[in-house]
Amino acid sequence: MLPALEISGLTKTYKGGFQALKGIDLTVKQGDFFALLGPNGAGKSTTIGIITSLVNKTAGSVAVFGHDIDQALEAAKSFIGLVPQEFNFNQFESLMKILVNQAGYYGVERKIAVQRAEKYLKQLDLWEKRNDAARMLSGGMKRRLMIARALMHEPKMLILDEPTAGVDIELRRSMWGFLRELNEQGITIILTTHYLEEAEMLCRNIAIIDSGIIVENTDMKSLLAKLDVETFVFDLKPNSAPKVLENLSSRVIDDHTLEVDLNKSQTLNAIFTELNAQGIEVLSMRNKSNRLEELFVSLVGSGQAAVDSAVKE
Amino acid sequence: MASSRNIIALKSILHKEIHRFMRIWVQTLVPPAITISLYFVIFGSLIGSRIGEMGGFDYMSFIVPGLIMMSVITNSYSNVASSFFSAKWQRNVEEMLVAPVPNWVIVAGYVGGGMARGMLVGSIVTIVAMFFVDIQIHNIWVIITTVALTSATFALGGLINAIFAGSFDDISIIPTFILTPLTYLGGVFYSISLLPEFWQGVSQINPIVYMVNAFRYGFLGISDVSLTLSFAVLGVFIVSLYTIAMVLITKGIGLRS
Repeated sequence: MLPALEISGLTKTYKGGFQALKGIDLTVKQGDFFALLGPNGAGKSTTIGIITSLVNKTAGSVAVFGHDIDQALEAAKSFIGLVPQEFNFNQFESLMKILVNQAGYYGVERKIAVQRAEKYLKQLDLWEKRNDAARMLSGGMKRRLMIARALMHEPKMLILDEPTAGVDIELRRSMWGFLRELNEQGITIILTTHYLEEAEMLCRNIAIIDSGIIVENTDMKSLLAKLDVETFVFDLKPNSAPKVLENLSSRVIDDHTLEVDLNKSQTLNAIFTELNAQGIEVLSMRNKSNRLEELFVSLVGSGQAAVDSAVKE
Repeated sequence: MASSRNIIALKSILHKEIHRFMRIWVQTLVPPAITISLYFVIFGSLIGSRIGEMGGFDYMSFIVPGLIMMSVITNSYSNVASSFFSAKWQRNVEEMLVAPVPNWVIVAGYVGGGMARGMLVGSIVTIVAMFFVDIQIHNIWVIITTVALTSATFALGGLINAIFAGSFDDISIIPTFILTPLTYLGGVFYSISLLPEFWQGVSQINPIVYMVNAFRYGFLGISDVSLTLSFAVLGVFIVSLYTIAMVLITKGIGLRS
């Protein structure tokens, strides 16, 4: 089966000499839910821009469902639905007109476009606003409008660039549910996000890009398995006066908070054994940070180090 | 398959463009009617009555075709310039750029929108003119062909202006410093045969002279320049401007980084 997306040796140098992409290779399987992560300026949006033909590449190749963008750009475009990072619709048009016009650009007949607009506006809780100008919508509604717009031609691959940025947690979770449903229907989804929890919860495969280089490209489980150390925070009964734990890396934060680092060879039981021995009662326990976040920070740091070293050489 | 997709895409752009200027009709359709009424009152009735005949017709009848053409030129140009630049500025031009819309469809859609506004305004101005003067028609086909080609020419010009424009100021520079002077010196208010020989020669390089005169020929049957030459000039301009617009959009100048 052809991959949904195949990128090979992709480079981009902007006017002025800034090299945003330094020869990246990436493959996304059909039906995948794929995360493309990286810090600001890493090259995520440039990559998406090239795939969707909003940015001219310097070198390399991109194929969408087997259609090379240099040889069959229009065919490649017809497979892609794009939800960009910034609002890019006509703020003065009504939601209905924005959606129906967008479908028209893909050759969808007006009658069918109106039916689809109704379907997606209802699914995304925007139906009541269908005749309002887009500028009247809240930030979360605007994000949902862009998702509806990207689906109007029923693409086989949906690319979402920071789709939940600035969206409250309740709405974010409902959007996650909607994206999961789309993926279950067979739509390949590529997602960039700053919410690493989002990538961990939704995506099966992941690539981390830093300074224009792919520093990691694997499945989510394998990536998380690389995590050597996890830090747990224990909320203790007030005035517990905890001490550092023997045989474990731990820190006393205050008289009712303790942090413990646990590596792969250690178990949580060891912590509780020691806490019991000290007669300390635990009220609650949590991860200090998202697991993917810890890996991300370490990988992005190594990516920058690799770039620095290459520059020195 | 691709051709039917392109036709639907073209209809969508046209629909969007026409809906845009109809939605803001107070800004787009009413002002030309008011402006042209003032021209008729001041230049036609008040001053025109003292000027007498020009080209064998009373002054009011003489300036009507030029005034209609002036409205068509201004509105065709400004419609595309402001609409396309606004789409760039709001970034909703990306809606078309990410879709499988060929570049010629984008050009044709915007130019078609500009022509629709130019010719609608031209029709409104013609109706207003009928309150001031008895309009006669010498050759309807010359009128239709000239107004369509002129409208297309300036819509293409507006598109190129918008592609290069980096700010809203940039889309008013060409109309203010080039288009308006060329229009006023393009034989709208006078016959170039009245000018000294040197300035008659200079007027020959003003393309608007050919457009206004061909249009006037359609109404009155008189022209300062040859009709064939007028159509040739229009043809050269349309082909050249279309080629430039296509090259700019294909290269993504001002549109893609």
